[in-house]
Amino acid sequence: MIENLHLLINVFLLAFLVLIVFAAINTNNLFVATMLFGIFSFVTALLFLDLDAVDVAFTEAAVGAGFTTVLMLSALRLTGAFENVKHRQSVLGLFIVVLTGAALIYGTADFPRMGDPNSAVHLNLAPEFIQLTQEKIDIPNVVTAVLASFRGYDTFGETVVVFSAGVAVLLLLGMGQVEPKKEPEQNVVLRIVVKPIIALILIFGLYVQFHGDFGAGGGFQAGVIFASAFILYSLVFGESYTRKVIPAAILPRLAALGVLIYGVTGLASLLFDKPFLDYNALSSNPVSGQHTGILLVEAGVGLAVFATVLLIFYSFSGVNHNE
Amino acid sequence: MNELLGHFNYWIVIFLMMMGLYMVIASSNLIKKLIGLGVFQSSVFILYITFGKIKDGSPPIITQNVEIYSNPLPHVLILTAIVVGVATTSVGLALIVRIQEAYGSTDEDDIYDKDDFDIKSRSIT
Repeated sequence: MIENLHLLINVFLLAFLVLIVFAAINTNNLFVATMLFGIFSFVTALLFLDLDAVDVAFTEAAVGAGFTTVLMLSALRLTGAFENVKHRQSVLGLFIVVLTGAALIYGTADFPRMGDPNSAVHLNLAPEFIQLTQEKIDIPNVVTAVLASFRGYDTFGETVVVFSAGVAVLLLLGMGQVEPKKEPEQNVVLRIVVKPIIALILIFGLYVQFHGDFGAGGGFQAGVIFASAFILYSLVFGESYTRKVIPAAILPRLAALGVLIYGVTGLASLLFDKPFLDYNALSSNPVSGQHTGILLVEAGVGLAVFATVLLIFYSFSGVNHNE
Repeated sequence: MNELLGHFNYWIVIFLMMMGLYMVIASSNLIKKLIGLGVFQSSVFILYITFGKIKDGSPPIITQNVEIYSNPLPHVLILTAIVVGVATTSVGLALIVRIQEAYGSTDEDDIYDKDDFDIKSRSIT
C-alpha cells in the first residue's frame, strides 16, 4: 500500500517535471525560464526524497534550487532578461533529438525493472558498504561513510573541482568593487524578519555539518546553507555590509584551506605507514580513527564549499556592467 | 501493468534528457542553452537515483528494525555530482557574462554576425 503511494507520487512528480520543461522551452523571457528551472530543481529534490535518496534531495534543494537560481539571476542582471523572439529553424535538431531518444528508449529494454532487489546494481559493492559501515565505521549514515571514507579519493577530487571552479570564476570576472548602498532596503518587515532567519540558517548549517554522520547532511550541504545565510544578508541589506563581515580577499584562502585540511588528513595517515586517506591510522582505536577522519574531511569539504559558493556570488554581483 | 511501471521512470528520464538536448540545439541564447544543459544533467541524476531504489527499501541510514536499505552508492555519486554541476554551471555563466561584455549580446547568431563583420573589416584594411 505504502509502496503504491510512493509510485503514485513518483509518477506525478515526473509528469510535473515534463510540464515545467515544456514551459521553459516555450518562453522567451529568460527570467521566467530561470525561475522554472529553480522549480524544476525543487521538484527533482522531492522526487529524490520519494526514491529514498535523502542526502541527494537535501543537496539538490540547497544547491540546485537555491544557489543556482540566485547565480542565474545575478547573471541575468548583467546580460538582460529577453531572448530574441525569432526562433531558429530546428527541424534538424528535432530529428536528431527524436532519433537519439528512440535509440535510448530501445536501450532501456535491457534495464532492470525499477525497485528490483536482484538487479546487478544491488548485488555488488552496496551490500558490502552497508555491512562494512556497521562493522568498521559505526556511523548510521551509510552515504556519509561511503562519501568520506570508502570513496574518499573521489570526494577529494570533487572538492578540488569545486575549488578550481571558484578560481576559474575569479579569473574570469574578478572580485569587483561594491559601492556602499546609499539607501538600505526600505521594507521594514523584510529587514526585521530576515535577521532572526539568518541566525537560524547559520545554526542549521552547523547542525547539518556535524550531524551528517547520523542523518541526512554533510559538508557539501552545510557549506551551501552557511553561504546562503550571507547571500540572503547581501540581498536584503546590501553587499557592502556583507563584505565588511567576510572580506572578499580572504575567501580564496578559506577555500584553499578547506582543500588543504582534506589533503593533510590524507597525508597524516601516510606518516603511519597506511595508505592515503586511511583514517584507521589517526587513532589507536580504528573506529574512533574513522570518526576523527570523517569529521576532519567533512570540515574541509564544508569550508571549501562555503568559501567557493560565497566567492562565486561576490564575483557575479561585483561586476559593474556599465564599466 | 507492473512491467509498464517498472520502466516508466527511464522513459520519462530519457524524454526529459532529450528536451534538455533540444533546448541546447534549438535556442540561440546562451543562457537558455545552459538551462537546457542543466535539465539534461538533472535527468541523468534522476536515472541514477532510480537505479538505486529498492522496492520496500528505506533511506540508507542504519536504523533498528529495518531490513532493506536502498543502494547508497548512486546517492554518493550524485550528491557530489550536483555540487560539481553547480560549480561548472557558474563557470559557464561567468563565460557568458564575459561574452556579453565583449559582444554586447548573449545570442549566438549576433555573436557569429559580429565575428564575420570583424573578419571582413580586417581583411579590407
